[in-house]
Amino acid sequence: MTPAQHSPLIYRHRLPVRIMHWINVVCVVVLLGSGLQIFNAHPALYWGEDSRAGTRILEIGQRREGTHLVGVTRIGGTEFVTDGLLGRSRGPDGSELARAFPAWATIPSTQWLAMGRLWHFFFAWLFVANGVCYVLWTVFTGHLRRDLVPTRWELRGIGRSVLDHLRLRHPHGEAARRYNVLQNIAYLSIVFVVLPLIVVCGWGMSPLLDGLPTGWVDWLGGRQSARTLHFVGAFLLVAFVLVHVFEVIVTGLANNLRSMITGRWRIPE
Amino acid sequence: MTKPAKPLFEQRRERRKLLCAAVVAAAGGSLAGCDAVSNDERAVNVLRSAETLTRSVQRTLGRRAMAQEFPASQIAPKFRPNGTTMPPGAAYAAMLADGFASWRLQVDGLVDRPLVFRLAELRAMPSRTQITRHDCVEGWSCIGQWKGVRLSHVLQLARPKPQARYVVFHCLDQMDEGDDRSLYYESVDLDDANHEQTILAWELNGQPLPVENGAPLRARIERQLGYKQPKYLRRIEVAERFADQGRGRGGYWEDQGYNWWAGI
Repeated sequence: MTPAQHSPLIYRHRLPVRIMHWINVVCVVVLLGSGLQIFNAHPALYWGEDSRAGTRILEIGQRREGTHLVGVTRIGGTEFVTDGLLGRSRGPDGSELARAFPAWATIPSTQWLAMGRLWHFFFAWLFVANGVCYVLWTVFTGHLRRDLVPTRWELRGIGRSVLDHLRLRHPHGEAARRYNVLQNIAYLSIVFVVLPLIVVCGWGMSPLLDGLPTGWVDWLGGRQSARTLHFVGAFLLVAFVLVHVFEVIVTGLANNLRSMITGRWRIPE
Repeated sequence: MTKPAKPLFEQRRERRKLLCAAVVAAAGGSLAGCDAVSNDERAVNVLRSAETLTRSVQRTLGRRAMAQEFPASQIAPKFRPNGTTMPPGAAYAAMLADGFASWRLQVDGLVDRPLVFRLAELRAMPSRTQITRHDCVEGWSCIGQWKGVRLSHVLQLARPKPQARYVVFHCLDQMDEGDDRSLYYESVDLDDANHEQTILAWELNGQPLPVENGAPLRARIERQLGYKQPKYLRRIEVAERFADQGRGRGGYWEDQGYNWWAGI
């Protein structure tokens, strides 16, 4: 028998959190895939109100080398060869495609802007509704104050927490019952900074919403800046998900997965 | 005889392999699933239902909202053309050759007084000049200055009947080679048609509207995306519905699957 089977099983995640978590998983995957599909229709980012060569900060395209094309990504004035992934990649049937993000990363997989938009806006509504429910739930059940906002004492331990995470040392026993301070900061900044930024920048791209009230999009730096920030926010979210999934795996995949499905979590000894 | 148990490290390695395979299968499966959904009409109609929600909310919140206008310093050096840049066919070429003297704009449909205008007659009408941002569905934006007559002014002259709900724009540019039924068309509701900034523009950046931008006349529906701004106008039809036009979705790009409501 392994010692883990002796340690107590606690009820860690309540049903509403579990449901909202998995709705989020579906929404994030679809919004990312359909978002990359939409980006592919004009694979460049700018800073300012409109799109000009002079204000372009990122572009994914192709460079002609002799008779064939090479996929490249230009950031500022620097060009990187990203062939095989960005700019040129293989489709599901193995054919070479000149497109910014590859077929396996977009929804739908073919270049199909109209369909990508249908996916994006349907799941955007679902995502926002789910997010509003989550925030209301965390506030009114005390989950926010009790579990998510770190105490002053926990904040003081932030340096040690960073070192522990880097060494892949995770809390055990009683200390593992609470989210650690880095977890708190990650969750809070995603919920209250990154996701609202993505949503507000999404609104900033709407030609109707930019008139409510007129001129507010200038606060984001203009419509094309809003589009860029929407993209940056999306990649901060992707970075969060990567770290999150990594931590879920290294701290016990089966135990963590079970806690997000049935709610039961075994405290690591 | 039972098989001897595999060493623990081997079991773990196999478990890892299985997990990886499961993740790859799940990812591949969900992508294939998304493609299948995209090609299933009923499923697409579910996705499309979000358009109704978006339209209702945006209409309710933004009925009177004004699109942002910009100072002259923000005008782009060149207004980027998109879609048709030269309508095919001899008819348009002939109009272009005579400086659009033979061009006419027809206003008809559900109106008490069907009208026909020459370009000079439209240019003599009270005009509005606005510097606005054109947002293409692809994602890019371009700022330009437009001058033209308010569509509401032209509609008042024609007097729409009470049952009128939409304005359908018919254009001169044929979109698909060899298909003379593929003329560009678009439609908006009366809220957008009568909006202060909805104009029939004959001037871009102080110059007569260039051919690539829709000469001699294009509509500006400033609170919607670029494909809702029809170029090369020939006829404005007031209608109760648009289901009987084209493939029934209210516009050339709508018939290709794009949203009728292009406020987002």
